[in-house]
Amino acid sequence: MSELRFDDVSVRYGTRRRGLTAVAGVRLVVPDGEVVGLVGESGSGKSTLARAAVGLAPVTSGRILLDGRPVPLRGPRRPVQMVFQDPYSSLDPRMTVGATIGETVPRRDPVTGTALDRRTEVDRLLELVELDADLARAFPGQLSGGQRQRVALARALAARPDVVIADEITSALDVSVQGTVLNLLRTLLRELGISMLFISHNLAVVRYVATSIAVMYLGRIVEHGPAADVLGDPQHPYSRDLLAAVPESGHPAAPPDDPALRAVTDAEPADPHHPPAGCGYHPRCPIGPFVLADRDRCRTEAPTTDHRHHAACHYAASAEPGASHR
Amino acid sequence: MVAPITDRGSRRPSSATRWLAVLRTPVGACAGFGLLALIVLAVIAPVLWSARAGRTDVAAMLQGPSARHWAGTDNLGRDILARVLVATRLSVELALLATVIAVVTGLVLGTAGVLVGRRVGRVLAAVVNIAVAFPGLLLALFFAVIFGVGARGAVLAIGFAGAPAFARLAQTLVAGIEQRDFVAAARIAGVGRVRILLRHVLPNIAESLIVNASIGAGGALLAFASLSFLGLGVQPPSYDWGRLLGDGLTGIYEQPIAALAPGVAVILAGLAFNLFGESLAKGIGLTATLGRVPLGRAQRRAAPAEPAEPVADDVVLDVADLVVTLPGHHAPIQPVRGVGFRIGRGEAVGVVGESGAGKSLTALAVARLIEEPGRVDASRLRFLGADLLAGPPQVHRRLLGTSLAMVFQDPMTSLNPTRRIGGQLAEVARQHGGLSRGAALALAIDRLRAVRVPAAARRAHQYPHEFSGGMRQRAMIGMGLMGRPALIVADEPTTALDVTVQRQVLALLESIRRADGVALLLISHDVAVVGQVCDRVLVMYAGRIVEDLPAAELATGARHPYTRALVAAVPDMRTDLDRPLAAIPGRAPDPARFPAGCAFAPRCPLATDRCRTTEPPLETDERGRRVACWYAGVSEHVDPTAMTAARGGHE
Repeated sequence: MSELRFDDVSVRYGTRRRGLTAVAGVRLVVPDGEVVGLVGESGSGKSTLARAAVGLAPVTSGRILLDGRPVPLRGPRRPVQMVFQDPYSSLDPRMTVGATIGETVPRRDPVTGTALDRRTEVDRLLELVELDADLARAFPGQLSGGQRQRVALARALAARPDVVIADEITSALDVSVQGTVLNLLRTLLRELGISMLFISHNLAVVRYVATSIAVMYLGRIVEHGPAADVLGDPQHPYSRDLLAAVPESGHPAAPPDDPALRAVTDAEPADPHHPPAGCGYHPRCPIGPFVLADRDRCRTEAPTTDHRHHAACHYAASAEPGASHR
Repeated sequence: MVAPITDRGSRRPSSATRWLAVLRTPVGACAGFGLLALIVLAVIAPVLWSARAGRTDVAAMLQGPSARHWAGTDNLGRDILARVLVATRLSVELALLATVIAVVTGLVLGTAGVLVGRRVGRVLAAVVNIAVAFPGLLLALFFAVIFGVGARGAVLAIGFAGAPAFARLAQTLVAGIEQRDFVAAARIAGVGRVRILLRHVLPNIAESLIVNASIGAGGALLAFASLSFLGLGVQPPSYDWGRLLGDGLTGIYEQPIAALAPGVAVILAGLAFNLFGESLAKGIGLTATLGRVPLGRAQRRAAPAEPAEPVADDVVLDVADLVVTLPGHHAPIQPVRGVGFRIGRGEAVGVVGESGAGKSLTALAVARLIEEPGRVDASRLRFLGADLLAGPPQVHRRLLGTSLAMVFQDPMTSLNPTRRIGGQLAEVARQHGGLSRGAALALAIDRLRAVRVPAAARRAHQYPHEFSGGMRQRAMIGMGLMGRPALIVADEPTTALDVTVQRQVLALLESIRRADGVALLLISHDVAVVGQVCDRVLVMYAGRIVEDLPAAELATGARHPYTRALVAAVPDMRTDLDRPLAAIPGRAPDPARFPAGCAFAPRCPLATDRCRTTEPPLETDERGRRVACWYAGVSEHVDPTAMTAARGGHE
């Protein structure tokens, strides 16, 4: 049983007067053995949330718990591991693949307590990510992007983690390679029973991997629910916007005729340094105060999340009876 | 605007070969030889000439150069040449010792930030910054006074005086390495700070430090000469070059050679150290230019003389046999090899393929943006009826400047960060359209409005950094619209953007195309984007077009196995969640080593011996679709016996 729980987590940078709240009171649970997909635009705080979970970003308030206890950020045992976006930057160019993976191998098996041999562990991990054992002697410069990302994955798995955080792990790869990495990821998740927070801006990729989906906007989770539900019946207008933006065949829709609607469709993404008052999405919202007359509360009043899929929108459908807030 | 010329995955030469390559350059070889001679001299000179240098000869005091004493004698009749040679050891020794002190102290100060945490690190950085502000010689004199006169004091003084510069260098280098994800990954894995410093940080900054240390050694040598010359350095009876220089200088009018000989020695040794450091820096920093075969020697591809075809009016761009040649490590490489296509008025053509397929280079070649030493050849390259291969470049530049708009992946690099957006747009109209300042700015604001930049008049006065990524991309497109473009070439215009912004930019390109009949050449690695925006798609692989088909047929009507695999490998919102994604085994070939035959054969499920030996031509069918595959349209699930028959029973 390993469950990663973000309990009202906030991350603030800078001073009080000129600061930036990258993550604002996020509550999110990555249940045991499940994959939570986290989507949102750049600047929404997805990566900051991920980095906070592994201690790379300072948590200003709230707690990040693994099975009810704070995630250990010191000492040899690190049960939360992370795979980075750019495999060209995440591997030390001066270290062999074997040394890179071996560095993360713990001295003892965290479950049984038996001593682990580095070399056999490295061989096992390379096999796990479907790489040739000979590659242990290779340097990252000799590998392709897909191979590097597999090595990065093996390094994360070497720590015998309970939870892996994958931050845009396929977006730096060629499309032909992305497929093989996703296939491998799904096999590994199935076989090892690891929980995962899978961050991506690509909804089709998230749909393929995740069991539930959380949508983040301006540091907040604005919608969260089972993948099929969120994609099939999105409640928050931003989720709908994201879904509509997925390129499909056929020419893109011409801009809407209604000038008010056109203005919000062309609006700039919000600036995290100056978040709008009320609902953070209202300046871009197609069902918000700039389009519809009776929606002034969006400008002043921050929405609660007691709606279907915990959607943070005043006008989302109300929660089905029986659905509890996790 | 630099094209991704070489694939990031391509092999870098190992560091041993790179260090050797340094010695193969003329300057590097001279410096290396000089340094070697210096070291040999430092070792053997005291053994050979010590006695001669120490022998006083009262009968031959202060003599000029003679056959017996080539550089004359000093006031005790000792041979000056022998003394200069013998002094090599002490001079080099002291200089190296001081350099070691400088590097070690600098390294400790510069890397301590990794170990002691952020707050103390910031204090250390401030201390180093203050120390760097003092001139080196001033610091050296200050320390020399503190540590006392003599060789030991001078070594410490010069060593500590050089330390701040190295500390600063180390701090900068460490800061760069610390930002890399592999350091973060090591932290997450629980690797300790000391180990991170030793295993991850130091090896990655070593090269630059060594280069600077060898330049620093040259500086230390000169500093020693100065200190000894001032009498603060080596004290008699020991002597180094600075001491000899000082002694010789007293009688410079009677006997200039006595001062000249040690001076020449200091200059030569300093030059050897400095040049060696410089050539190391060049070799390590600019590996790409070392040992590359210049293109001049490569045989020029003879453009086949082709009768001028009557071209219909509605063809905007007509390219045939386009070849791009770039310098490679061993031989020139051709990342684009014989690409041909036409774009009609108002047509949207997409180019897809993996990185390294030659997509971007094709676009740059069409826009005449490939500069020396790269070379573009083609049998036909016509834009709006004008032959871009013949005629004066100024005329082409004018035509391309007004009629072809280029949109790049990262608009920040294409916009000048120090100038206001409106001014940058207006400049296009003033340059090519001859408009006045006011009229050009009015047009720029109008164009910004056309690309739906909100509050265009106000935002025209803002700088690029005040624009968001999507707005910058719109401004870039707006810049293209300052002329009357007939073609927009967009190279991965939305790759750096969020999906919602991507939709805005794609919709904008679409509406421009609709309104003004502007043709579009859209380059993207994203098959879905190209399928959505374009009428026709060119699929590139290993520098060639392997398929040319209507975008509507991408999903179902593709005939080349590569196109089909590319489409199947990308998950969309309808992908079956219970089945693995299609995968293309292997990796795209390196432009330096394209395989014989069909370049896709090593990764192709249909490949036969014929594919591996003979390259399939790009054939046009009756509907105008093109495909280069011997088994075009053959399904992958073929009966194996039928395949054997097709192979001609080779296996």
